[in-house]
Amino acid sequence: MRIRVRNIVLYALFCTCAPFIINAQLNKSKPTIKITFINTINQQPLVLATEQYTNCHNETFSISKLKYYISNISLQNIGKNNTSERNSYHLINEEDSLSKSFSFFIRPDQYEAISFLIGVDSIKNVSGAQTDALDPLNGMFWTWNTGYIMFKMEGTSPQSKKINNKIEYHIGGFGGINNVLRTIKLNLVKAPIIITEQTLTEILIQVDVDKIWNNPNRLTITQTPVCTTPGTLAASIADNYATAFKISKVISY
Amino acid sequence: MKIKITILLLIFVVVTTAFINKNNLHKLTYLKLTIPKGWPKPTANIFANNALTEEGFQLGRQLFYDGILSKDGNFSCAGCHQQFAAFASFDHDFSHGFNNSFTTRNAPGLFNIAWQKELHWDGGINHIEVQALTPITALNEMAETLPSILQKLKADTSYIRLFKNAFNDGTINSQHLLKALAQFTGSIQSYNTKYDKVKRGEAAFTISEAMGYKTFIANCNNCHKEPLFTDLSFRNNGIGINVKAPDYGRMGITGIASDSLKFKVPSLRNCTVTFPYMHDGRMYSLGKVIDHYRNGIDTTQSTLDRFLRKRIVISDQEKVDLISFLMTLKDEALIKDPRFQQPANSRILPSHQ
Repeated sequence: MRIRVRNIVLYALFCTCAPFIINAQLNKSKPTIKITFINTINQQPLVLATEQYTNCHNETFSISKLKYYISNISLQNIGKNNTSERNSYHLINEEDSLSKSFSFFIRPDQYEAISFLIGVDSIKNVSGAQTDALDPLNGMFWTWNTGYIMFKMEGTSPQSKKINNKIEYHIGGFGGINNVLRTIKLNLVKAPIIITEQTLTEILIQVDVDKIWNNPNRLTITQTPVCTTPGTLAASIADNYATAFKISKVISY
Repeated sequence: MKIKITILLLIFVVVTTAFINKNNLHKLTYLKLTIPKGWPKPTANIFANNALTEEGFQLGRQLFYDGILSKDGNFSCAGCHQQFAAFASFDHDFSHGFNNSFTTRNAPGLFNIAWQKELHWDGGINHIEVQALTPITALNEMAETLPSILQKLKADTSYIRLFKNAFNDGTINSQHLLKALAQFTGSIQSYNTKYDKVKRGEAAFTISEAMGYKTFIANCNNCHKEPLFTDLSFRNNGIGINVKAPDYGRMGITGIASDSLKFKVPSLRNCTVTFPYMHDGRMYSLGKVIDHYRNGIDTTQSTLDRFLRKRIVISDQEKVDLISFLMTLKDEALIKDPRFQQPANSRILPSHQ
């Protein structure tokens, strides 16, 4: 009888404490992977505002703002199984160097590819007020036609006939033909990479921003300096920037 | 052995108490939306990720009536959404905004939002929680920014307390602000009109109202479907473009040409207090509206609704009866409900125009 009482008490104690132990375990997990985005133009790191660039159509321009969402990051192991980052929403803001790099825990394994979405998945576009990276405070949310601006680039060019020679690309739209969400899958160089609990592996992703004008759709600043509504132009621009992402390096610490 | 058991029990009690406390920093009073008998299930599950509580509702109510959400402090939500007008703008085609500006559309009444998946005349908003961002940031409405609002709220001791009451961690952020507003506006319901009472067997139509109901069923119910008195679809009702304020409605959201001149079918509930009518408030009386459907429709428009292609025949007597039926859709209970009134300690008059 005594032993039975003790067993029940121990069991109850275990049930009560288990959530704490599991929680503590989760919080203790050290990040094993770090992802860094390097925005470039003509293969050189992008310099905002002050630098003048020339695109493949011989149009000169400068960029004052570059922000985009990366979400639903997932790593594929050599057995073709995916491991996803939990609550995976990141706003990359060229102006804020901290935003361009982030790390998280991913199960130790051998991985050969990384995939992610440029933009915010459609579910979060229809689920009401969000917070953190998805806070409308970040200026990446349309108030007149609900939805996130997935990719935002602003600047100037003498070739733009818009007010103040503006270039303004606010690319969004998550439904039907207007969907600008693009899934990117990149094979890791010297794959597979081995992730262990003891090491931190950094994946550097280079983003060739100037691809926005020529690959695969030929777009010029002269003809389309501005795109701020969902539609076919926005989708063409999304097709172009989707080709801008490539792995530049994988480093293990 | 006994001592051991006692110690173990003690530990168990301490840990359990700690666990319970951690999850209940304070008590929230949970509320439920009323689903009137015989109504369809709400299509928009608006409180799925925003548990409706008395504390959240009261915070939302305070915010709804507070000019703090506008740039100069003069424009609250209630400025254009007045309770006595079923939360529409009474007697205004366009509402007034910051710096003597006008809105570009007629403010609709706010009620039964849990049944609406798409908000605004053009359906551009897909969730009530993000709706408030439009009037808050529009330069011709409240002309304010989120960072500025949050700064003002964080400096206000009564709001610090209200946010603490309403949300577990008490954070004053945009998400909590928007969720609280949604709790208030999402709770506004209309289901206690004379029509509803007749349907429930608690009242009877007069002869004229009963005749009007027949005319309504025969001519209006396709689009202004019972019991919401709207099917929430987008239709071109043939009023034609307002050349002084061109507005193509739904097409502006979808970018599809066949959506040109389509607007959301408004509910007829409370229509006697939500005048003027149409997206631009161009018609000031129900009589004018009925006359439009009788003989004012511009049938040359390619996107004109199919129900309006054939002429609607309503006699003058039927028109009179139809109006007396429409008067039974006024919801006195909603218009006078003290729960939705301006809170006593609110800082500006809601009737600011």
